Amino acid sequence: MFTWPNTDHDPHMTEAVLKQEVAAARGIKVTFGAVKALDGADLIIHAGECVGLVGHNGAGKSTIVNVINGGLSPHEGEVSYGGGSGQHGISVARANGVRCVFQELSLCPNLTVNENVRVTHSELKGWNWRARALELVRRQLEEIFPGHGIDCDSTVDDLSIAERQMVEIAISFSGAGERPKLVILDEPTSSLDAGLAAQLMAYIRRFVSEGGAVLLISHILGEILSTSDRIVVMKDGRVVADRAAKEFSTRSLVEAMGNVVRELEWQRSVTTRSGAAVLTMPPRKGHGLPFEAHRGEMIGLAGLGGHGQTDALLHLYLSGNSNWLPARRREIAFVAGDRSLNGTFPLWSILKNLSIASLGQLSSRSLVDQSREDLLGEGWKKRIEIRTPDMENRILSLSGGNQQKVLFARALATTAKIVLMDDPMRGVDVGTKQEVYEILRAEAKSGRTFIWYSTEMDEIRLCDRVYVFREGAIVAELTGDEITEKNVLAASFHGGEAA
Amino acid sequence: MNFFSLPSKPWIWSFAATVIVWIVTVLFTGGASAFGLSQAALTFASFYVIVGIGQMFVITLGPGNIDLSVPATMTLSGTLALKLMDVQDSMIVVGLLVSVLLGIAIGIGNYALIKLLRIPPIIATLSMSFIVQSTAIWANRGLRIKPPEVLANFTTSTLFGIPNVAIVALILSAVAWLLLEKSIYGRWISAIGQSMFAARMTGIPVDGTRLVTYILCAALASICGYLLASFSGGAALNMGGEYLLLSIAVVVIGGTAVAGGNSNIPGIWGASLFMFLVVSMLNTYGFGAGFRLILTGLIIIAVILVAGGRQAGR
Repeated sequence: MFTWPNTDHDPHMTEAVLKQEVAAARGIKVTFGAVKALDGADLIIHAGECVGLVGHNGAGKSTIVNVINGGLSPHEGEVSYGGGSGQHGISVARANGVRCVFQELSLCPNLTVNENVRVTHSELKGWNWRARALELVRRQLEEIFPGHGIDCDSTVDDLSIAERQMVEIAISFSGAGERPKLVILDEPTSSLDAGLAAQLMAYIRRFVSEGGAVLLISHILGEILSTSDRIVVMKDGRVVADRAAKEFSTRSLVEAMGNVVRELEWQRSVTTRSGAAVLTMPPRKGHGLPFEAHRGEMIGLAGLGGHGQTDALLHLYLSGNSNWLPARRREIAFVAGDRSLNGTFPLWSILKNLSIASLGQLSSRSLVDQSREDLLGEGWKKRIEIRTPDMENRILSLSGGNQQKVLFARALATTAKIVLMDDPMRGVDVGTKQEVYEILRAEAKSGRTFIWYSTEMDEIRLCDRVYVFREGAIVAELTGDEITEKNVLAASFHGGEAA
Repeated sequence: MNFFSLPSKPWIWSFAATVIVWIVTVLFTGGASAFGLSQAALTFASFYVIVGIGQMFVITLGPGNIDLSVPATMTLSGTLALKLMDVQDSMIVVGLLVSVLLGIAIGIGNYALIKLLRIPPIIATLSMSFIVQSTAIWANRGLRIKPPEVLANFTTSTLFGIPNVAIVALILSAVAWLLLEKSIYGRWISAIGQSMFAARMTGIPVDGTRLVTYILCAALASICGYLLASFSGGAALNMGGEYLLLSIAVVVIGGTAVAGGNSNIPGIWGASLFMFLVVSMLNTYGFGAGFRLILTGLIIIAVILVAGGRQAGR
């Protein structure tokens, strides 16, 4: 039979009887080949509570979400909705009011926003459904993100990644016939800036106080601590802690996940701008400040999400990189943030995904040397701990955070002196972030230049120099101790036209 | 977990089908035709293989990439080469060079249309094919020039029982396999086929790679036209006709992913032999031309269904 994790959630069992169960997964075991994704995990969600779910990449968070939303059938254990028992599956889960916002955005890019509403809300049918769908999503967006400014008649393709995420969240919370009972949010704020994330968290509290339930997965521990009623910590496919949120602090939460907290101690290289800039760009859109980067610098691109930072990175990359002739030496490498858009090659193994940018140095006479490629793979597998038994496994067999590690390794394995990073830490757990920060620090010391777009303030604070973007142009440059959350926010909202 | 090991060799299926059809045909004739049938199959399959490899490289580039100018290129190359060589043995190498150059020019033209006019490859290469075919008609003028004798003998004779054209196709396949599996270029086209944006952002010269691929495809079609015209004793305006469907069918039946990024050279051999053998099997059984075509179509569809199901299973 199942092994019930002997954790300290017994005090809650009495409370659980009082509250109504919305969804429950008990003693779940799921294996993918040799990998135990879930090894006897329990997760019970009651009406009127927000449950925070945290854990490392590959701890089994996404898997248990897929079990609860019906997408995966567990090999052992049972799933029930609303206290009942028996059936399982996507349609059963939906019928019981379970909705899910995925980590990988799942809107149809070729359809408009209101058509996407129709895809998940099958009760919108008959004459004039477009108008009703439009009304539904517009009202919901207004409720969650007041002043969002999204045109709901446009196709999803034309929206920025942050806007897509907002639309997807709004669609999941909206109910044409019946309001959802449980909304699962898997990394909902990964593409949202601080202002939008705060709006969402406030809405979650309202939704919960009206009797809804939310399962919130996030690597941003501040969000989890401030928004959840109860926090569930997962590790290696099991639940290792399940307690009220107020019993946790950032430190104890990180420790429960199995990390030792390291204080952010980052010695800024005392801006020794030696020699000429290695990379420059005139002011974007004809106004604002010009951009320049020096050797060994760590430069942050800050500002609200979607204000031209990614465009600037693409421009820097594409202008230094011929589309027709193979480069003799690679000067710039790029780490993608939107993995499925411009990061991974889905048919390939982990190793091929890693080595693709450094084939030149692994080859003699344009033929790839297999043994040198294997050596490179093994080296990076150890250095950044890619969790896989075999580098020949397909890239999609990895969890999201581990895929992201591979993309990091891809860029760092090249000989490029400049590395561009497009908000690459989305969906990466705290432990991995610390490891990557350390690697970045060492690489910067040895003379590499990093240009880093990040939506997380903690990361912006690690930079030597920060450019703040607003409406596609650089509006402020902050150096050293000037880099504070207050200064960045002030520059992002300058002029009072707060988005 | 056998679905991890099977799809790594999707070409098994085309060879299995080939062996079955071969046995069925040979059984019908009481075993007498085994050698002759095998030799004929090798000869004709070689032509399919040569154009198929080029088409495979293009299809690997991803959804929408296809070269429909293959038949016209073959015709023009055969026509011009024979006209230029004018039955002189001393001109054989010059003729080959000219047809390769012609292929390169057509490949550049194809990609120029795709890139400059921003039209999908299917339309760009089809338009190109009209230009090329018209040029062939204008150049041909109903003349039927014989190939130089040495060249004609070479293409129709065998070495240790193996047709010379099959040896040429084998060498070309080996080079293509090396390119695809071992070279940086092979990695690049596979990467482009999976995600053009991601390929661009890892520093792959996407336009350069695609241009080279279209050139490669047209050059292989040219070489095939040159050999086929010499083999059949002269160029004809319709000589490329059946290769439009065939060049694509052998790629797909051979287990190359139509959606790009994943390709397969042994499979092209299996599929080419299969395509020839199906037709000769139906011939042997004495079916009429119309019925034969219908059956050929049905068999292609069946094989694609089986092979496609295998791939979706991954």
